[in-house]
Amino acid sequence: MPKVTYRAADGGERTLDVAVGLSVMEGAMRNDVEGIVAECGGSCMCATCHVYVDDTFAERMPSPSEEESEMLEEVIAERRPNSRLSCQLLITPELDGLLVHLPERQT
Amino acid sequence: MAAADRLLVIGGGQAGYQTCASLRAEGYEGAIILASEEPEPPYQRPPLSKGYLTGEQGPDDLPFRGNTFYEDQRIDLRLGDPVMALDLRAKRATTKAGHGLDFDRLVLATGASPKLPPIEGHDLDGVMTLRTHADAQDLKARLADGGSLAVIGGGFIGLEVAAAAVKLGCKVSVIEMQDRVMGRVTAPVVGQYFQDLHARMGVDLRLQSGVARILSSDGRAAGLELSDGSRIKASVIVVGIGVTPCEALAAAAGLDCQDGILVDATLTAGHPEVFAIGDCARFPSPYAEGRVRLESVQNAADQAKAIARAVVGTPEDYTAVPWFWTQQFGKRLQMAGLSQGYDAVAVRGSLEADKFSAFYYRGGRLAAVDSLDSPADHIAARMMIAEGLTPSPEIVGDQSIRLKDWAKTALETA
Repeated sequence: MPKVTYRAADGGERTLDVAVGLSVMEGAMRNDVEGIVAECGGSCMCATCHVYVDDTFAERMPSPSEEESEMLEEVIAERRPNSRLSCQLLITPELDGLLVHLPERQT
Repeated sequence: MAAADRLLVIGGGQAGYQTCASLRAEGYEGAIILASEEPEPPYQRPPLSKGYLTGEQGPDDLPFRGNTFYEDQRIDLRLGDPVMALDLRAKRATTKAGHGLDFDRLVLATGASPKLPPIEGHDLDGVMTLRTHADAQDLKARLADGGSLAVIGGGFIGLEVAAAAVKLGCKVSVIEMQDRVMGRVTAPVVGQYFQDLHARMGVDLRLQSGVARILSSDGRAAGLELSDGSRIKASVIVVGIGVTPCEALAAAAGLDCQDGILVDATLTAGHPEVFAIGDCARFPSPYAEGRVRLESVQNAADQAKAIARAVVGTPEDYTAVPWFWTQQFGKRLQMAGLSQGYDAVAVRGSLEADKFSAFYYRGGRLAAVDSLDSPADHIAARMMIAEGLTPSPEIVGDQSIRLKDWAKTALETA
């Protein structure tokens, strides 16, 4: 199973096996990773599953849809070029080893 | 706030769950008890009328959190044992199993339950409402063999279930009293779009139709007889005509209730240590006249967060902009603000292109925006409504103007 590392703003991190087809958000929620809220349950409505994708994965990541890109306007923490909504990031074998950084706040 | 503080949350839905999670996130150190009548840990309801029915989402996709969350966060989860009585003077709740739960503060997040009209045949096997995971499991099983479904009520839940059932190969009818679907909350232009969509997908829509009785065969639901005497065959009947807030517990404890537990702008219910939030609460909203009761994920979650902040800090008026969404046949409608009492509507984009927004005005001010597959409009709408900005119908209709840019300029020059 692909591994995903969630690194908190304070530097603490957790590395988890996340099944192909699940989203980065679902991997976090099912394993009780703190720092992702995901109020709307992955419907791309609430912008509370914000992550920064580590630059090493920038090129392997499909670009955000118009919907995700608009919703990223709503994130509470600073929006950066590598900002994504983790409910829209589906795990594929190519993303094994993915590192995402969690913002300080989601709400 | 003493560490020995005890906070009891009654109700394990979105509002109850979020209260507990946000209290810990805000640094609340006291004891948290979450009492839920449901047999399983808190889960998401939106998928129940959508992806759960079609199988795109399964039982594992529903829980808000994994197995260790409640223990890790020191949340004492009491499942399957509803609170039956509340003594606000003694600050004690008593559950059905007879357990006494003492508290210093109380959050009522009791939710709402679907209405089931007392029409002939409403108690037949095959007649159902949809609220809980158990309801959805039952409905999913009944729709699995692609039978026939009649939905009473053309609101969000009913239309979402209808769309899911079509996808499963069922023959689907929707019966609506009004002359259009989703008429309680949306403008005719939006209702018309969804009517056409459902008709195109093969749904038999019966507008301005009442249900005289539910027909039976061998003791099971077999169809409907409408008020005009016509009959529709269906082995499954889903009733989606709205909900009643669960307020009996609060009312019996002496709290003021009026189609919802009445709370003030800080969401407290007559006592500084008693809150009511989510589907069960009626609160004053800056986006409507008088008090409103909203049934949505956003309202439940944002009110829960407001409570958590009030408990650890200073209570503030609850002013979050309401938003909602529905998804039917792959089309998504995002709604911001409260359209009730609107007196004018302007449309941006085109229905033919399946991409448009309806802007609702009340007394010359922007009240709400419904956006079909137009997320940029929706995001701009949330901001404009929160800031009290009103774009004119001319600006709304001019798609060469980016609304977000217009709003930013309007804010800077205000």
